[in-house]
Amino acid sequence: MNTESLGTIFLNACLVNNFVLAYFLGICPFLGVSGKMETATKMGGAVMFVMLISSMCAYGIHAFLVSIGAPFLQLISYIVVIASTVQLVEMFIKKISPSLFRSLGIFLPLITTNCAILGVALFQTNKEYGFLESIVYALGAGAGFTLALILIAGLREQLEFAEVPKISKGTALTLFIAGILSLCFMGFAGLGG
Amino acid sequence: MSNNNASSKKKVTSTDEFIKGLWKDNPVFVQVLGMCPVLAVSNTAQNALAMGLATAFVLLMSNILVSLLRNFVPKQVRIASYILIIATFVTVTDYAIQAISVELHKSLGAFISLIVVNCLILSRAEAFASKNNVSKSIFDALGMGLGFTFALFCLGAVREILGNGSIFNIALFSEGFQSWIVMILPAGGFFTLAIWLLIINGIQTRKTKS
Repeated sequence: MNTESLGTIFLNACLVNNFVLAYFLGICPFLGVSGKMETATKMGGAVMFVMLISSMCAYGIHAFLVSIGAPFLQLISYIVVIASTVQLVEMFIKKISPSLFRSLGIFLPLITTNCAILGVALFQTNKEYGFLESIVYALGAGAGFTLALILIAGLREQLEFAEVPKISKGTALTLFIAGILSLCFMGFAGLGG
Repeated sequence: MSNNNASSKKKVTSTDEFIKGLWKDNPVFVQVLGMCPVLAVSNTAQNALAMGLATAFVLLMSNILVSLLRNFVPKQVRIASYILIIATFVTVTDYAIQAISVELHKSLGAFISLIVVNCLILSRAEAFASKNNVSKSIFDALGMGLGFTFALFCLGAVREILGNGSIFNIALFSEGFQSWIVMILPAGGFFTLAIWLLIINGIQTRKTKS
């Protein structure tokens, strides 16, 4: 069993081992929807919500699969839970805010294939977190993802009109910014043990 | 994906399907798909190669199965069933790697399981295998898989040479070589990929000009 305090788990997942900048999870939406601040914020919220739900479900599923002795079904069941949660979120957003639904576009169903979400579920299983710890871990990871997304969206908005060499426009430039951000986040190492 | 529509108008041979994945539509350098494993496990050439081959295997198997089942799967549940197919093969791969080399399994960690959510595999299933016959899908998967492995290897080799002064654990430089630690760190992954993209973009622009 793990002995980390809840605060440490949160800080670790959010800053020290930031999912995007240290584990490279969830890079696709990170590159895709980080062009505008507003979309980035809402995308972060949606991802965080899905993360939380799927992390709670993953905890239950893992306990159940271990009890019936079929751990090889772990991956398949996790992905099914995530896919259905995403479907739910998609219907919910479509109902309450069609404009947000349009601006998120293809990236909304693609949350299913966001590695960060499956990553949270898998890591919490590997680290043998309890139920409460899992929730805190998922919240921290979601907050970290949103933070990274907002930071990079802000930087990209500023850089939109900057004069850069033509070949570095687009993905390459974003990756350079991400690299620099990742260096900055290394400053958090050691925080929270 | 738009490339598919454009190329389907002309007569496309199997070899073309194979070649396009290697260079013109390279999944990493051109389509920028499946970035997570690309950056995460490319810190050594060996890891990168193993990851690339594992992904290529899953891609091949899932492309075959999706293509075989393309007329039976109802449209509404297709994505869900593709993901189930992919997850099955990833579980197989996961256990196979564990049986072959525990050490390798440890160094790749959770990233083998995360092949499930590699957008490259799902996008090939959706954009290609569900619309084409089995033999074409096999060639597509082979091309894309090798292209992906090639790109991963390019990254892994650069990062290992600069960050560790070695390739496949064989030292390249004399004792005095000061290794660039940053290349092994996460930031190094971002920088290396960015530089590769710059180079490819540069070549591409020069080609269209001339």
